[in-house]
Amino acid sequence: MSVLRTEGIVKDYPGTRALDDVTVSFEGGRVHAFIGKNGSGKSTLVKVFSGAIQPTQGKFFLDDQELHFSDPTDAFKQGIATVYQELSLVPYLTVAENIYLGRLPKKGRVIDWKKTYEMAGNLLKKMNVDIDPHEKVFRLSMWQCQVVEITKAMSFSPKVLMLDEPTSALAQNETQSLFEVVRTLRDQGVVVIYISHRLQEIWEIADTVTVLRDGKFIGKKDVGELDHKGVIKMMFGDVELKARPTDLVVSDEVVMKVDGLTRAGKFSDVSFELKKGEVLGIAGMLGAGRTELLRSLFGVDGYDSGRIIMNGEVMERRATPEQMKKRGMGLTPEERKNQGVILIHSIRDNLCNACLDKVSDHHIINRKRREEFANRQVEDLAIKIPGIMANVGSLSGGNQQKVVIGNWLNTGPKIMMYDEPSRGIDVNAKQQIFQIMWDQSRKGVSSIFVSSELEELMEVCHRILVMHMGRIVGEVYPEQLTIEQLYADCMGGRIE
Amino acid sequence: MSEKGVKLPKMSLFSKKRTNNFLLDHMIELLLVVMIIALSIAEPKFIGVVNILNVLRNCAMKGVIAYGMCLVIISGEIDLSVGSQVALSAVIAAWVSKNLSAAGVMPQTLGAVVGVIAAIAVAMLIGTFHAWARHKFGMPSFIVTLANLNILYGLAAIICGGFPITDCFPDWYVKLGTGRIFGIPVPALIFILVFFLFWFLMEKTELGRQIYAVGGNAEAARLNGISVWRTRLFVMCIVQLMCVLSGVMNSAQVRSATFGFGRGWETQIISSVVIGGTSMLGGIGTVWGTLIGVLFTGIINNGMTLLNVNEYMQYVVNGGLMFFAVWFNTYVTRQKS
Repeated sequence: MSVLRTEGIVKDYPGTRALDDVTVSFEGGRVHAFIGKNGSGKSTLVKVFSGAIQPTQGKFFLDDQELHFSDPTDAFKQGIATVYQELSLVPYLTVAENIYLGRLPKKGRVIDWKKTYEMAGNLLKKMNVDIDPHEKVFRLSMWQCQVVEITKAMSFSPKVLMLDEPTSALAQNETQSLFEVVRTLRDQGVVVIYISHRLQEIWEIADTVTVLRDGKFIGKKDVGELDHKGVIKMMFGDVELKARPTDLVVSDEVVMKVDGLTRAGKFSDVSFELKKGEVLGIAGMLGAGRTELLRSLFGVDGYDSGRIIMNGEVMERRATPEQMKKRGMGLTPEERKNQGVILIHSIRDNLCNACLDKVSDHHIINRKRREEFANRQVEDLAIKIPGIMANVGSLSGGNQQKVVIGNWLNTGPKIMMYDEPSRGIDVNAKQQIFQIMWDQSRKGVSSIFVSSELEELMEVCHRILVMHMGRIVGEVYPEQLTIEQLYADCMGGRIE
Repeated sequence: MSEKGVKLPKMSLFSKKRTNNFLLDHMIELLLVVMIIALSIAEPKFIGVVNILNVLRNCAMKGVIAYGMCLVIISGEIDLSVGSQVALSAVIAAWVSKNLSAAGVMPQTLGAVVGVIAAIAVAMLIGTFHAWARHKFGMPSFIVTLANLNILYGLAAIICGGFPITDCFPDWYVKLGTGRIFGIPVPALIFILVFFLFWFLMEKTELGRQIYAVGGNAEAARLNGISVWRTRLFVMCIVQLMCVLSGVMNSAQVRSATFGFGRGWETQIISSVVIGGTSMLGGIGTVWGTLIGVLFTGIINNGMTLLNVNEYMQYVVNGGLMFFAVWFNTYVTRQKS
């Protein structure tokens, strides 16, 4: 059996040590769950194994042979295959073509199609799945695509197979089918490293659990020795939560009431009330339906049933973002660069996109007021800019995010919805964004705050709704529970 | 953070992003000036008032459409049907005017008014159809307007029966193509007037900023509460309206209307817009740049005619010019970043 082993791996980035002396080994014929919260160094180690980056210090070995990768193809050649979350299949090509893309078997100078399909068929048979190699990939379901991706990796006959969040896009029954394939590979003696955010999967599929925290190796245990609580304890350690300011008051006035909101396949029967000045968090794992809920509330996507009531007025089913904006709602979207800002346009224009009507008199732009609106946000939010006419694309992530927020604050909203506002920005900028939410709360603006970082929600929010598989499964107050409990809730574990 | 689908910085010769390098920022304007000086030396007739006014009048026909096209391209769309719409609107105006007066319903003076209104109505319908097909079915405007390039051409030919429609225009109509005010040809005046209208629209109004936003990133614009549908509807209709204006000026100039008007103009109009620094990817461009682009192509063609350059050679030069302009834009953008 193969063994993948590291010895004192260190990876330094300017200012941070992402991996700190990690020594661990993964044996063949077992599925190793590899977990850690965001920023734990988990993805850094995965990148080292997949050849995307080189460690600053330390060595790693496969079957006692030291490995040196200068790029990801080296990793494949030397026996470590990685399947990433984002699929890399070409939809209009067949399964077999996708598996052998770029290295199709040839007879002379022409492609040997018969051999291609035969080889692909054999590989798929070995994986114990019933997928026709002649099928076009776009006709396959998500889990089948994942399996084709895995088959592609297995066609290199690797000794180690790393699966990065393979189930994040799969439905429950599809997950089961994928697990069958993973077990088949395990029984063939492959070292399977399984990276997942879904804790409950660990007990289903894994044999061991390896945890990193703050770049350090925390431990590796057999799943039998651990329960939910134990794993979460290893992941989080003793968390110290920062407190939110004490002067924030939530009034009793309900500004929005959501009643049985349902969008088929995305979320169902969502009901809650939002009070004036409240910061309401929505916790949940990726794919829990949080983003979809915000988009439906804002009129970006429709919904199938239920009602949204703002200030006593029932919203029409087909309200557009334009109409919701007029009623005082704002949304900073999850994908900042694709949906939040227009990268090629200036900071000034990006700060005035949502409030064009407010900087215009009879639809004609009032230049002076436009400058005022833009400059006010730059000042209030402390946005660091080279100049107001610079392209927004030239700013750092944190400053771009502030531009998106400033753009919406310029509309004078009553309800602000923030979808993952802290993703990909530094700690300092994060704190400033929380500060903005609190400042707005003092002004009577209500916020809905969606984040995958539970510590943030615990720190910032008055109240947190927990979403799991498209449903609201709980309502909690940060003062009344620990982060471990909240985490368990999000995994669908604890709740009552 | 997924980087996929992120639009890269685009060509931005006339974007608001300024470098400290005045030369780089105003290169096309400078080239235009250099060209005017060179042509004046090579052929003194070029700089004469008669010729200059002639150039302006010729520029007007395609120029008014180029302003509309500039808006369409900035909004991230394209309209290839413009040339055919020039023919169709001229033919409709002429046909309606002629038949109304022949039937004795009203004199030509009034009939031409009805004719122009009919042409405008049809153009608005076509523009709405383009926007609707884009919005409702997500069909690329390239395909929809390419289809209409052929359909409208065919319709124009059917209506005029394959021959020019003559004796159909009253005096006031003819003046739109041949008249002069203070010695300046009416089309040239219209060309300048329309420039100011479009310039005002894009620089000063809410709608103008919405067009930039939709072209820069339609999804972000929508999430900013900007109506993408209304914006696209406006630009697809305004360019068609400019085609009617051009069709009227064309038919007035030659006192007749035929289906051959505007044949092949779409490529020349698009090159003028692109030479003027508008990005084919949307979101970037100016009406001022388009004016310069139109003058640039207009003057080169005029100069080549004055210098007796072979007509077929003119095609080669025009094509080469467009290539050069786009290459230059990309080059300047790289220099800036």
